[in-house]
Amino acid sequence: MTVQENTSRHHIERLLRDNEDGILDRWVQISNEPLLGRVNESETRRELHEIYRVLLQSLSRPEAASELRGLLAELSRNRARQGFTPSETAVSVYGLKEAVYELIGAEQEGDEQALRGFIWLSRTIDGLGLYTFEAYSAARDKIISDQTEQLLELSTPVVKLWEGIVSVPLVGTLDSARTQVVMEKLLQTLVDTGSEYAVIDITGVPAVDTQVAQHLLKTVMAARLMGAHCVISGIRPQIAHTIVTLGIEFGDIVTKATLADALAYALRKSGVEVVNKRRTRLAIRAEEA
Amino acid sequence: MSQPPRVVAPAEELTIASNDEVVIVRQKVRATAIELGFSLVDQTKVVTAASELARNTLVHAGGGHARIEVLDNGHRRGLRLTFADNGPGIPDLQLALTDGWSSGGGLGLGLSGSRRLVDEFELDSEPGRGTVVTVTKWTR
Repeated sequence: MTVQENTSRHHIERLLRDNEDGILDRWVQISNEPLLGRVNESETRRELHEIYRVLLQSLSRPEAASELRGLLAELSRNRARQGFTPSETAVSVYGLKEAVYELIGAEQEGDEQALRGFIWLSRTIDGLGLYTFEAYSAARDKIISDQTEQLLELSTPVVKLWEGIVSVPLVGTLDSARTQVVMEKLLQTLVDTGSEYAVIDITGVPAVDTQVAQHLLKTVMAARLMGAHCVISGIRPQIAHTIVTLGIEFGDIVTKATLADALAYALRKSGVEVVNKRRTRLAIRAEEA
Repeated sequence: MSQPPRVVAPAEELTIASNDEVVIVRQKVRATAIELGFSLVDQTKVVTAASELARNTLVHAGGGHARIEVLDNGHRRGLRLTFADNGPGIPDLQLALTDGWSSGGGLGLGLSGSRRLVDEFELDSEPGRGTVVTVTKWTR
């Protein structure tokens, strides 16, 4: 840093310290202006005051920079929660430049040192504004990755239909990651429940292409290795049409149009007889008569 | 008497660089097919073909582009999909279109199966120059 730059910096630092109240008032005013009463003014004042205080510290003590970043991240989060765009948050940080510039313009017009100092400060504030933007997108990325993980878990329940019969209703797109989760869960449930029949229901899968088919076949094979019988249900007419045209062969795997058909099949195979109660009663009456 | 087909709607260009984008291609194709009044079976067929071909660009070429166009030949409307990539290309087109032959560990039905799912199928490829697959499905 040259001597000249150093003096400019000290100059602007002094300016910021001496006019703290004036600059802060103007900053709050400028930053609330475009938000049209959507924020609480005393709340904004508190936040900006805190940032201003730590900013002043960080000018002389570089250690304070991490505290400053923490405050900016908090501002960014609060604003995002209240429904403001990241640009609105950044603009309210940039309001400080305007407030300082007005002061320089009023007091020291044409002072080269003051302008030089202002440019240096301006660069610092640009960095701060950009940081709120970064904090915003980092928070959003985290939400997205959390949701993706939740979705992966949520979308693959294994349900018990009957003693010895479990079902996996698949919904949405079947990619490698999801197939992996489905397969693991299904195989574990087969062991845990001692089930012999597994129904994989694809009613909620919009299209069955070769990749989906391959994933299904692998899952069925794995379940078979564990001694379970698999039924694939939910083959709608358009899916059947497409599978045949594509040339995919399901071999000796049992497939059914609906989950109800698959359940009926599995019940029959495991020796459970479903009897219509009303008809039975009629039969008894007939015997009595 | 059918006229030479002409493009009636501005083409939609999509990039394929990840599995998520294959899903987006599929959704766009489905939306367009529904708009054109395709039957449920035809919708599913063209969407499945789009899924296969989009995944092919991803698996074999590491990504590419898809273009969706709406055609009109005078009395029928059609959906034309173009998948282009700058990958290694296909050395033997005949072999690539054979059922059960795969270079990527799949079922080997993607390309040949897609050909059966659509009305018109064009495959243009040369080793080292990339691959362009154009398919068209007409309304009934």
